[in-house]
Amino acid sequence: MKTLLIGEYREGKLLDSTYELLGFASQLGAETAMLLVGSESQLPAYGGTLYLADVAACAEYNPDLHKQLILDAVQKENPDYIVFLHSSYGWDLAPRVAASLRIAQVSEITSIVEGGFEVGCCNAKMRRTVKPNSVRAVLTIQAGAFPVLQPGGAPQLQKVSAAGSGTLEFVGYEPAEKKDVDLGKAEIIVSAGRGIGKKDNVPVIAALAKALGGELGASRPVVDAGWVEHSHQVGTTGQTVSPKLYVACGISGAIQHLAGMKKSDFIVAINKDKDAPIGEVADVLVVADVMQFVPALTAKLS
Amino acid sequence: MKLLVCIKQVPDLESRFKPNAEGVWYNETDLAWRMNEYDEYAVEQAVQLREKLGEGTELTVLSIGPDRVVEAVKKALAMGADNAVHIQDPAAAGKDPWQIASIIAAYAKDKGFDIIFTGMQSQDRGSAQVGVTVAEQLGFSCTTTIVGFECDGGNITAKRELEGGIKSVVKMKTPALVTCQLGLNVPRYPTLPNIMKAKKKEITAIPVADLLKDEALATTASFHPPAKKGGGIVLEGDTGVLVDQLIAILKDKTAVLR
Repeated sequence: MKTLLIGEYREGKLLDSTYELLGFASQLGAETAMLLVGSESQLPAYGGTLYLADVAACAEYNPDLHKQLILDAVQKENPDYIVFLHSSYGWDLAPRVAASLRIAQVSEITSIVEGGFEVGCCNAKMRRTVKPNSVRAVLTIQAGAFPVLQPGGAPQLQKVSAAGSGTLEFVGYEPAEKKDVDLGKAEIIVSAGRGIGKKDNVPVIAALAKALGGELGASRPVVDAGWVEHSHQVGTTGQTVSPKLYVACGISGAIQHLAGMKKSDFIVAINKDKDAPIGEVADVLVVADVMQFVPALTAKLS
Repeated sequence: MKLLVCIKQVPDLESRFKPNAEGVWYNETDLAWRMNEYDEYAVEQAVQLREKLGEGTELTVLSIGPDRVVEAVKKALAMGADNAVHIQDPAAAGKDPWQIASIIAAYAKDKGFDIIFTGMQSQDRGSAQVGVTVAEQLGFSCTTTIVGFECDGGNITAKRELEGGIKSVVKMKTPALVTCQLGLNVPRYPTLPNIMKAKKKEITAIPVADLLKDEALATTASFHPPAKKGGGIVLEGDTGVLVDQLIAILKDKTAVLR
């Protein structure tokens, strides 16, 4: 079995998540080759074949050109699987490759199982086992689901390029909003989720954070709704945190949120839904109405 | 300009999901249905563009599924779409993303749409494939996960959301497809007068067999709950008791309570 792994590179750097692709291929027991649109000054610690396209010529985001590079490498390598991370780069590019080759794509794989690949569904509450019908398939793997594997060594470089300019013009990056709270350093974080019901209830969660001597965090829907500033957002598109204690109040536990907090030392979730996916990572799940339980807890601690 | 927005009706995600008889998707009984959240942002963005462009612009909303999906279609019409297409398919849930995309592309290919809006993914299936695959099949420019959108004539400037809160800015020309991320805008609630107006808007029904020629490229072998990792303690009962139990656990297992 053979895999073509599509590495990731952003703002002039090879992304560490690239090594998760190698962890996946290792679990699959597959041979590997890699393709990267990057630069020779940022090569992965990997001894296999690396198809390297120059980022100066192909841009960090140019899906038409990147797709062409991948299709060329597929011709040379004849892989069983073309593997991406399920990231803003991978979920954008993978379906283009799958459609061009008219082959199956299995999205956001969480594990390799008997008879196929397991993926999350229904907001991560349930799982599906999916099997490609095509001989070859495109796969995207969930960020953090497979171990980082850094084999070491120097790649056997094959420099490649793509013709044309593509239909999209990549203008540049806009930096993340400035953080007035550095949650990365907080020892205790108490986060509010959609389950708190309304903006007026945010102070109740903030009061618990204060009683515990911690900082206020929030899930994405709460930030999108304008209840809490973006600088407090925990998750893939916010801050990644690992405090000694993380208290999730009314947070169901979307994958993007879990990825940002599951490395916390101790996790308490307060949720009325016993089946909420936050329960998968919680050390303690308190099944209760968050707006009844939190004030009672705060009162007892104060 | 001709605009299309594609929407899916999904169950309330707070529901408890049980496998269906075949064990490959959820059992649909006792579920409450709503418009896929990502698609609400797609509809809102399409309606905002429709309003900006005014006369001469037509916004069509499309949904695939059994008769129940007409409820979601009506909401999009009440939000401001001009007309609708219901592709009738009682077995839509059993189709893979390639087939769903093929149905949409088969409908759209000779209609002259300038911009197609979709959500970045569905909340129930979550493959994040359909929008991009439609664009590939139609030969449209495409970008995904947008949190910013501007359209000036045939030129689109979109902001994509990346990991860690950074955004990338992308320009492209129509015809184009964008997949919309949460937070792109603030989806409106349909007002009562607009709900009444929407009742007069045309919903064209097309049987799926007229549009779908392709076989599935992937098969769902099973639908099941995640394996319980174990180790986590579940506390249930009276609030006062729960508070004491939790404080005792925190004192025992963490060093943060003094």
